Amino acid sequence: MAIKLTINGVNRQIDLPEDTPLLWAIRDGVELTGTKFGCGIAQCGACTVHVDGRPTRSCVLPISAIAGSNITTIEGVESKAAKAVQAAWNELSVAQCGYCQSGQVMSATALLENNSSPDESEISNAMNGNICRCATYGRIKTAIKLASTKLENQGAEHG
Amino acid sequence: MDKLKEHGLMRAVNRRVFLQSSAVGLTLGMTLPSATTAETAKLGKVKNTASINAFVSIDLDNTVTVLSKHVEFGQGSYTGMATLLAEELDANWQDVRVEAAPANKALYVNKLLGAQGTGGSTAVASSYQQMREAGAVARALLVAAAAEKWAVPAVEIDVSDGVLTHAKSGLKASFGELANAAARQAVPEEVRLKEPSEFKLIGKEGTGRKDTGKTDGSAIFTQDIKLPGMLVAVVAHPPRFGATVAKFDATKALQLSGVHKVVRIPNGVAVIADSFWQAKTAREELIVEWDFSAAMSASSDEQMLEYKKAAEKPGIPAKVVGDIEAGFSNSEKIVEAEFEYPYLAHATMEPMNCVVQIKKDEVRVWNGCQSQTTDQNAIAKATGVPAESVYIKTLLAGGSFGRRASKDSDYVLEAVSVAQAYGGDAPIKLVWTREDDMRSGYFRPMFFHKLRAGIDAHGKIIAWQHRVVGQQIIAGTRLEFLIRDGIDFTTVEGANDLPYKIPNMSLEVHNMKSPVSTLWWRSVGSTHNAHSVEAFMDMLASAANMDPLTFRLNNLNDDPRHREVLERVAKESRWAEKTPEGKAKGLALHKSFGSYVAQVVDMSIDDQGEYSLDTVTCVVDCGIAVNPDIIRAQMDGGIGYGISPALMSKINIENGAVVEGNFDRYQVLRFKDMPVVNVHIVDSQEAPSGVGEPSTPVIGPAIANALFSYSGKTRPVLPFGIKV
Ligand code: FES
Ligand code: FES
Repeated sequence: MAIKLTINGVNRQIDLPEDTPLLWAIRDGVELTGTKFGCGIAQCGACTVHVDGRPTRSCVLPISAIAGSNITTIEGVESKAAKAVQAAWNELSVAQCGYCQSGQVMSATALLENNSSPDESEISNAMNGNICRCATYGRIKTAIKLASTKLENQGAEHG
Repeated sequence: MDKLKEHGLMRAVNRRVFLQSSAVGLTLGMTLPSATTAETAKLGKVKNTASINAFVSIDLDNTVTVLSKHVEFGQGSYTGMATLLAEELDANWQDVRVEAAPANKALYVNKLLGAQGTGGSTAVASSYQQMREAGAVARALLVAAAAEKWAVPAVEIDVSDGVLTHAKSGLKASFGELANAAARQAVPEEVRLKEPSEFKLIGKEGTGRKDTGKTDGSAIFTQDIKLPGMLVAVVAHPPRFGATVAKFDATKALQLSGVHKVVRIPNGVAVIADSFWQAKTAREELIVEWDFSAAMSASSDEQMLEYKKAAEKPGIPAKVVGDIEAGFSNSEKIVEAEFEYPYLAHATMEPMNCVVQIKKDEVRVWNGCQSQTTDQNAIAKATGVPAESVYIKTLLAGGSFGRRASKDSDYVLEAVSVAQAYGGDAPIKLVWTREDDMRSGYFRPMFFHKLRAGIDAHGKIIAWQHRVVGQQIIAGTRLEFLIRDGIDFTTVEGANDLPYKIPNMSLEVHNMKSPVSTLWWRSVGSTHNAHSVEAFMDMLASAANMDPLTFRLNNLNDDPRHREVLERVAKESRWAEKTPEGKAKGLALHKSFGSYVAQVVDMSIDDQGEYSLDTVTCVVDCGIAVNPDIIRAQMDGGIGYGISPALMSKINIENGAVVEGNFDRYQVLRFKDMPVVNVHIVDSQEAPSGVGEPSTPVIGPAIANALFSYSGKTRPVLPFGIKV
């Protein structure tokens, strides 16, 4: 039986075995390849997407467990926080090989969506599950702070 | 031509004009304005012609496309190539984009490697002149076209930001407007390159990167390739080194949906299915009986014991200076040290993968390819298709650190063997799981080092004996001819070219045999040699009752660039200041890939006796700094990569099988443990040298030295963990 998911705002009937991890439903079922496979055991964060707004490792999440959920992938992320994160990432040339960066952007975005001015330890806790073998961690931290400043300024303008 | 287009190896070029059409046209078979015989003949006379012309094209909409012969795996090669070419072309930087050059050794050879390929931190060093010339020639052709069109002398035409201007007449034209006419111009015999004072891009800040699409998911890696009719293969690999398939039963696997075939290949049993998850699920249902008769049964611990035993005896001489025995007998103090280095996996973020399609007379490959010529030749040999009919589409790679420069094209040939065993001409994507990748071997070899040195009463090193015990990397590769008198240069690099002046020296090697396959790993020989040398230097300094900086300065050789980075790092890190309670700092210096790097690490120690890295001050002299921001990124990332083997990464082998399979047990540096890295680039007019690797080998010994200064304990076994 097909499983219903909303992916980036589009309602989908996913016709895959129900134990298929969300990652592969996204990559092979829906053919959105921005979400990456890095470890398959929830250790690296490359596959991070938002499930009902929460950053989630999609590689270990069977689609049967989240029927009816709202999924956002790197291709569909468009909140203010996401835009600020992407802009900060580009401004600081964070990405090296880039393979981990979809996951990094998704984790950072989820963090800032909930807390637009995280402190050092909140940033660390949110990002420690995302491995970057190019070790772009330093720039990621700077970029999150920059994105946070951008968001605060936007907030100030609107407020 | 059509085939090439269909393959996606070449973008459609209807609206694009290739400057220097003849060389490109001839070699790549593109439909381009044809070159006359006279022009072609002329091409032969110009310096570097064969390759100059294959590097740039200009669209009628002004887009300048730079073809990078160097794969982009994060090190910034796309940006580097574009910077060099656009500098001399005087292009508008915003109009410049980069794509990967096709596999064609004649056009895209890396002169420092003798083949088309990327590695050894050579991308900018090997292309500095060539890409600038390519840009300068293209510029000259545009100028000639404008001069012809406007009937004005070429010398009166200025080029800036993608626009040609004739000041006297007020005439102006964009690159795109002149591209067609430029392609018809005769190639200049000579071009003038800019003086450094004229640079607008080289050495400048704020230019950004050209490998875009990495923050919105649009960048395409091998993992993301999807082709009509493509199937996905997952392979059951031998569980122990040297094991082979005895027989297998695929009955259950074949019953699963989406599974097409299960085939035997030289390196295991491959499941071919519509998608990865189907193939992987079916692999779990395979029953494979392995033949362990020739399999390795040793453990890495047992191997290390053998290595240690070997180190007791003199090895093959790799470097002999003066009289080592006399040196020792004149020494005031003699110090000894040992170091154990485990196997290391590259653990690139993107596990190895490759797409292969075997057609009747050609093979098509989609891969984050690092060694185009090696791979072409290996595929040609395996398939009988001529190497020039092996078309490689080089894609962005999710890291390499040496892994994708496989010495024998291992994973690429595995994909080929699956396609061959499958039959037919469907494209096959071989996907390795993390476990496949981590257990595939091709590790940084395991090493044991034994050092002994003597110092005199003035704190001068007067005797230095260093034994390196481990496996050769280049044995059995196309570089094997470089093994001289039993010495593989990758075993001794970083140990034979010390920054110190030592009158009596003996560097010896024991070559060990093991069924474990090995490979270069970011900074190669320096990963262990720099560590031994630099950690040992602090032990010697302590024996001489000297500060580690003073001791190094006291023993430096005559190369002033070592002194400069060392003095600079001392200044930037405030080395002379007293270290407060609960803090420690360590220093190391090393030259690799032509670049000089000195680092100071500052750490904090908590009451649990655990340390954390606070700051790394890194000074690099890599000659002319082409892209300062990328140099900083490479120093930063290289340090992060080098922290893992010092603190936590280790591959263990038990009964011939790799123990660690994933990031749960093979620990790597994570966000919380990354120090702040401050990079200082020495202002230099020397030729540019490597930046991708040279910072990696320096951080480990700097950390070891900080720990030694704090606790007085040496760290002979790597990784040394997070306890002081
Ligand atoms: S692929 Fe999901 S956490 Fe690594
Ligand atoms: S940018 Fe390469 S793994 Fe993070």
